[in-house]
Amino acid sequence: MDHTPPPFFKRGPAPLVRLFFFASLSLALLIFDARFRYVDGLRSWLALAAYPLQRAATWPIDLAMGVGGYFSTQASLVEENRMLRERALANAQDAQRFQAAQAEANELRRSIGAAEQLPVPASTAEVLYLGRDPYAHKLLINRGSVQGVKAGSPVVDDVGVIGQVTRVHPLVSEVNLLTNPDQAVPVQVVRNGLRAVAFGARGLPGMLELRYVGANAEIQNGDRLVTSGIDGTYPAGLAVATVVKVETDAEQAFARVLCRPTAGVDRGRYVLVLTNEANMPPRPDESEKKERRAEKRRGKGKDKAADEQ
Amino acid sequence: MSSRSQILLPVRTSTIIGSFVLALFLNFLPWRDMRLVPDFVALVITFWCVRQPRLVGLGVAWMVGLLTDAGNGVLLGQHALAYSVLAFLSVWLSRRILWFGPMLQSLHIALILLAAEAAVLVVRLAAGDAFPGWPLFVRPLLGALLWPAVTWLLLLPQRRQASEQTI
Repeated sequence: MDHTPPPFFKRGPAPLVRLFFFASLSLALLIFDARFRYVDGLRSWLALAAYPLQRAATWPIDLAMGVGGYFSTQASLVEENRMLRERALANAQDAQRFQAAQAEANELRRSIGAAEQLPVPASTAEVLYLGRDPYAHKLLINRGSVQGVKAGSPVVDDVGVIGQVTRVHPLVSEVNLLTNPDQAVPVQVVRNGLRAVAFGARGLPGMLELRYVGANAEIQNGDRLVTSGIDGTYPAGLAVATVVKVETDAEQAFARVLCRPTAGVDRGRYVLVLTNEANMPPRPDESEKKERRAEKRRGKGKDKAADEQ
Repeated sequence: MSSRSQILLPVRTSTIIGSFVLALFLNFLPWRDMRLVPDFVALVITFWCVRQPRLVGLGVAWMVGLLTDAGNGVLLGQHALAYSVLAFLSVWLSRRILWFGPMLQSLHIALILLAAEAAVLVVRLAAGDAFPGWPLFVRPLLGALLWPAVTWLLLLPQRRQASEQTI
């Protein structure tokens, strides 16, 4: 006769067993997500389920802004109108000069046989909120794959680059901000054309740093940095940052260059998502690698043939 | 303690689901710095795991964690892991915690929330992220301070009316 407890005392597996089960399930998910990105489908479905709540959570802010806007006085509106008109006038002048300059540049490019620079199509998006992950600087925008946003597209505001779309859900997208320590932007100094790579500064939230700039590089405070466009992701000439501090240390091979981003990385409500469809030729190292692999295979085949003989 | 001096009504499933929806809503509000806002979802999970360990356990915590991960756009599984640890500790300590008064309960909750936050930290450091600074640990402490209020609020639907208590 066995002495098992009656069924109404059964409570399923012990808590420790359950913890082990769920912890291993989470770890498996984590590894699949971080290393292989296999679970993006599941993530999209879950994100879709969370979307109504996310949308609802922005509602109190919208309401507050709506009420604030309703009570904004006529005087402030008149003042704002005047300022906007002034700015539009100043912009119109620049725009005319820009058109002339672009026509001229195209002419010159054609004459030297370079590809004509095409205007970059862009679509507006509204910022839902800043990401809630203290480990990464992100924001969420209200455009997703349904509206044709693609991962990797650069995101800008009215003055400069904000970041890059890193993950696209059906209705929202995640934008990695420039200030992420792992986010790299190839830049160029406007004054002398010096090329560098800008990263988010480690330990200084909201700032950028140029890494791998030689200690003797010609760079100084106040230098403006724009995208160089050589990576094929960011179109050339978008404002990125201004240099605020250059430190050189005789013992270090590289200078420490701190910059402040031009765009309101943590401000602003509307952004532009640029569609980058530059026809870049394949990277030489990749095609070389393939060739080398093919050669190796051929070499192995030969070895085998030699063995067989 | 008021919760032990009176007999509570049995809990309704709608109360539990409603509290989770409210907590997720509070977490999804566009806060300026998440490190200085208590994790409401973690608090609600802890509460139900302590009060109703048969109804809410590791499975529920894991699912809610996945939803949080997807909604926040972080690594899928980091909150699932953290909330599983949280639920396990809460279920394990539930009998012990309910013996204490509100202040000592808060101390236990602080430790449980710290453990969950540490789980997230370990996962993110292993994934190659930088340490976001010590304010990270303000969050669980704030959550523990909110514990008496959370207890009072979430037990409201189970309390009897004063008129019902007299026979």
